[in-house]
Amino acid sequence: MTQAEALKEYLLRLADSDMILGQRLCELCGKAPALEEEMALMNVALDLVGQARNWYEYAAELIDDGRDADKLAFRRDAHDYRNLLLTEQPNEDYAVTMGRQFFFDVWHYFTLKSLTESSDERVAGIAAKALKEATYHLRRSSEWVKRLGDGTEESHRRMQEAVDILWRFTGELITPDDTDRVMAEAGVGPDPDQLAKDWRGMVNEVLTQATLTPGAEDAWMYMGGKHGEHTEHLGFILAEMQFLQRAYPDATTW
Amino acid sequence: MPQHGDSDSRSAVDILIASDRVPANARPDLLTEDDIWALLEEVKDPEVPAVSVVELGIVRAVHWDGKELSIDVTPTYSGCPATELIEELIAEALRAAGFRHPKIKQVLTPAWTTDWITDEGKEKLRAFGIAPPEGSSSKMSLLGEPEIIACPHCGSKDTERVSEFGSTACKALYRCKECLEPFDYFKCI
Repeated sequence: MTQAEALKEYLLRLADSDMILGQRLCELCGKAPALEEEMALMNVALDLVGQARNWYEYAAELIDDGRDADKLAFRRDAHDYRNLLLTEQPNEDYAVTMGRQFFFDVWHYFTLKSLTESSDERVAGIAAKALKEATYHLRRSSEWVKRLGDGTEESHRRMQEAVDILWRFTGELITPDDTDRVMAEAGVGPDPDQLAKDWRGMVNEVLTQATLTPGAEDAWMYMGGKHGEHTEHLGFILAEMQFLQRAYPDATTW
Repeated sequence: MPQHGDSDSRSAVDILIASDRVPANARPDLLTEDDIWALLEEVKDPEVPAVSVVELGIVRAVHWDGKELSIDVTPTYSGCPATELIEELIAEALRAAGFRHPKIKQVLTPAWTTDWITDEGKEKLRAFGIAPPEGSSSKMSLLGEPEIIACPHCGSKDTERVSEFGSTACKALYRCKECLEPFDYFKCI
C-alpha cells in the first residue's frame, strides 16, 4: 500500500466514524431524557458532522473521481463505509449512549491530539480545529460515566452493563492495521502503541473513579469496521440517512 | 415640483429590485482596505446580532489590490450551521458597496479561538446578556474545574453551570444564584 492510498483510506475512516456517530446521536433529537441533554447531544452531533465534512472534502480532493463530500457521505453503501463498529451501535439506554460516547471520545481526543502534529498540513489544520471540540465532548462524557457509575445502585448496574456490552467493540479503536501503520510511519497518523497506551490509561482512570470494572484486555474483540465489514446496524442507519439523496439524486433544492 | 406621482408609483417593488443592484454611484475602486474593514464591521453575526463578524474574529484577512477583493473567513466551530449564511451576508454587504465579484475564502488554520474576540466585542456580548469567554484558551485544562463565570445581568460570581451546551455550539447554559436569571456563556475555546 502506498502512502497516497493509505491517506485516502485513513481520511474516509475519520470522516465515516464522525458521520455515523453524529447520525446516531441525531436519532435522539426530540426524545432525549432531558432538554439540556438533548441540546448537548445535538451540539456534539453537529460538531461531528462538521468535522466529517472537513475530512470528506479533503478525501474527495485526493480521490479526485468527481465525487464531492456529499456524494461520499450519501452515495456509498455499507461495505464502502469505514467507520469504527463502536459508532454504529444503537443508543439503547442513556448509560449505553454515554458509554459509547466516552470510549469514542477518549480515542478521538488522543487521535486528534496526535494529528495536530501530522506531517500533512491539511490534516493537522482540520485536527487542530476538531480537537477543541473533542476536548469538550470528552469532558462531558467522562463526567456522565462517573456520575452514573458512582451514582445509585440502579445507575451503577446499568453503567456497568453498558461497559460490558460495548467492550467488545473497543479493541478496534486501538488495534492498528496496515493503513494505520503506513500513516504512522509517514508521520501523518498517530503512533499506534502510544494511542493504545493513552486510551487504556484514561479509560482505566475514569472507570476506576466511576467504581466500574473495565473488560479484559485480551477479551474477544469485534473488528472489521475499518475494512467495511459491519454489524447489522449500519445498513439501517444508511437507509434512513441516505434516503433523500438516493430518492432524488443530484437534487439541488429541497 | 418634480414628477411626484411617478416616484411614488415606483416605490416598493422598484426599491426592492434596486437594492439587489450595485448603486450607480458606487466607486469601490476608491475604497481602501480600512474602508472595507469598516464595511465588514456592519455585518452582524446572525446568531448573536449584537456583535459583528469582525469583532468575533471570524474575518481573518482582507486582500484588496484595487481590482480583486478576497476575504478570508474562519468558522467558529467545524459544524457551525451559520458559516454559509455569514459568508453570504459578507458577500452581500460587499456587493452592495459596489464590489461585483468578492471572493470569500474559508481558512481553517489557525483554528478560531475565543481569544480573537475583541475587547469591544466582549463588552457588547455582556450588554446583550451573554457572558463573554473568561481567560485564555491556551490555559484550559482537559478535565479541570469549570471557570467562575460572572452573571452578565447582575455581575454576581455566584453562578452555576446548567449544561455544557446552550442554544448554539459556541455557548453553555448557566444560572445566576444571586438574581436567579439563566444566561448563556460564550465558551472559551
